[in-house]
Amino acid sequence: MAAIDLILIIMLLLTSLWTVLTIRLIRAVVGLALTSAILSVIMFRLGSPLAAVFELSVCSGLISVIFVTTISFTSRVSKERLFVRRRERFVKFWYLPLILIVAGFLLLHFSHPPALKLPVTPAGQDVRSVLWNLRHPDLLGQVIVLLAGAFGVAILFKEDTHER
Amino acid sequence: MSVEPLQLFWYFGIFIILISICGVYCILATFNLIRALIGFEILVKAATLLIILAGYLTGNQALAQALVITLIVIEVVMMVVAGGIVLWLYRYNQTIDTRKLSNLKG
Amino acid sequence: MVSLFILAPFAAALILNLLPKALTHRLAFWVAAGLALAQAALVAFHPLLFWSAYPDPLGPFFNLQFSLDGLSLVTLLSIAIVVLATLVAGRYTITEESKRFNFTNLVLITLMGMNAVAMTTDLFSLYVFLEVCAIALFILIALKKDKLALEGAFKYLILSAIATVLMLFSIALFLLLSGGVSFSVIYGALSGSGGGFLAKLAMGLFLCGLFIKAGLAPFHAWLPDAHSSAPSAASVLLSGMVTKIPGAYILMRLVTSVFPLNPQMQNLLMFVGVFSIIIGAQGAFYQHNFKRMLAYSSVSQVGYIVLALGCGTPLAFAGAAFHLFNDAISKTLLFVNACCLEKETGTVDMDKMGGLGQRMPITNFSCLVGAFSAAGLPPLAGFWSKFIIILALMQAGKPVYATVAILASILTLGYALVMQRKIFFGGLADGLQQAKEAGIGLVLLESALALVVIAVGIGFAFMYNNFMLPVGEIVF
Repeated sequence: MAAIDLILIIMLLLTSLWTVLTIRLIRAVVGLALTSAILSVIMFRLGSPLAAVFELSVCSGLISVIFVTTISFTSRVSKERLFVRRRERFVKFWYLPLILIVAGFLLLHFSHPPALKLPVTPAGQDVRSVLWNLRHPDLLGQVIVLLAGAFGVAILFKEDTHER
Repeated sequence: MSVEPLQLFWYFGIFIILISICGVYCILATFNLIRALIGFEILVKAATLLIILAGYLTGNQALAQALVITLIVIEVVMMVVAGGIVLWLYRYNQTIDTRKLSNLKG
Repeated sequence: MVSLFILAPFAAALILNLLPKALTHRLAFWVAAGLALAQAALVAFHPLLFWSAYPDPLGPFFNLQFSLDGLSLVTLLSIAIVVLATLVAGRYTITEESKRFNFTNLVLITLMGMNAVAMTTDLFSLYVFLEVCAIALFILIALKKDKLALEGAFKYLILSAIATVLMLFSIALFLLLSGGVSFSVIYGALSGSGGGFLAKLAMGLFLCGLFIKAGLAPFHAWLPDAHSSAPSAASVLLSGMVTKIPGAYILMRLVTSVFPLNPQMQNLLMFVGVFSIIIGAQGAFYQHNFKRMLAYSSVSQVGYIVLALGCGTPLAFAGAAFHLFNDAISKTLLFVNACCLEKETGTVDMDKMGGLGQRMPITNFSCLVGAFSAAGLPPLAGFWSKFIIILALMQAGKPVYATVAILASILTLGYALVMQRKIFFGGLADGLQQAKEAGIGLVLLESALALVVIAVGIGFAFMYNNFMLPVGEIVF
């Protein structure tokens, strides 16, 4: 394992930890976007460039937009509430880094890697040909999911403005 | 990255488990609806990484990428629907705190 | 031919949304109901050979890799009947026209998703289509947009999301172990190497995901909330089919063609089954809300199916498939009754009802039929499937499980009778002087479903020979 990969995966863990631990929701969303971005670099290093582009643009772009929109409509937190919440959060969440360290230590030292027999697979194909020639059910599924999502938007968002 | 696949799998596997612990903890410990969704997102990130890793190790990156692309599309649609539901809940309750949402009990 | 089950509803949904609204708002129900009816008729009157004789016309360009066998046929038939009932119930209970149009479209999307799940041969596609159903259902549950509905939808969303992630981890591990995600590839890899730690982990994760989605015992908390807060018509669909697809159909498909049953897994399935039966039955006893009670009953009935699967003999599989069909019909019937009662009395609280037997004789009768079929009284349909399951358990040498199944059945009869007494017997409760039968459409639907339950019970031999035996045969 090259050093750069180790650094990347440790950074991935740290950003996701920050996402969980940080107090303001907006920062959590930024942390999530960062996690996504680092994940896409790892995906690129693992030989999946197309999926990495998708991850970068959709997950760290579009999903952050969705979250930021939702948050800007919902949370209006006063200074005092924020202070209370910070204390609550400190009490509630300080276990998490400990749990992670202990779990990581245990996994590294007290368990053995499971036996792994890798299957023989056909020689590398192109993702485009796989997606468009072999995964037809998934394509159909994607289209139906998008249709369902369109109904979701039409039902959950449209009457919102109408009633105000 | 030319190392023994087993070792690579094991190192990545440990980190995937740790990231999943983060996500589960986030869902369990929070009272905030949006934060629960963020926890779910972290879990999905871990799953994505595992799929890509499996594709890399078996030399089947094309299939793994196809799966991940489909997965991302579904995830986005799910987040949009979830966002809509959270907005409506906020309009009724003026809060996104789950402690205020205890009208339904098992 | 087979892909028509998905492409036809898809085309219908697209066309309905592209044409002008004045036209489609009236047309939507008839188109959707026609599709469901056509599916039921096609599946019921054509043997398996018919479907394999005609290759897919789209095959060369668009290969969906679907396949049909006896189990898929039973599931497709149940799906069609439940969807038809849902559409009719929605038409008469949802008053607002645009909402009804959206409802019809979402039911069509769920129909596509469920049909595809019943025919797919690929683990990842299975996940994709399960998500299609789930997303359509979040929206359906939230359709009323009152506080309870939204909370029920959000609870379902979070639990379903966790189930999804578990399934994804499992799919990734299968990909690692076998280099592919289709059923045959995974089956080949697992039967070759026998399955080490990772294979067991993957199976366990997938089963956990399915148990959450099916609302089986340790993970059943979301189910009553989702049911009691959803619009009545949507809970017909939710209970009638959507919880049965992962709990019964996918489990059966997995143990027959993805990972073969081993004794450990058999024990796990039987334990989860019995646990759900008991938890569901005792939970149902204490409920005052009619729909919550039915939801708990649903947990317990899916438990029977899982118990039968754990038993693992061909007879048990036939019984499980039969119970899947019977429970789909009888739960649909009971939830349609709940629709009628809610429409007429404005409540689903059983304590506020009473003495409705004289006012709503047909609802009374059909509710009795549905409840007794769920409890397993002869000669109704539910009796035969429970009888087969218990017989299979006895044959397989599991008398303890068989005894629990029989006892829980008696418990089911108990709460069915309590329910009947609270709702239909005794003096008329206050404020229900205006109650009457709930419109011709719903009454016809109730009587038709009750007739199906009775007819399947009496013509049990026909059903068993034509639909259930092929299911038993695919196993071995």
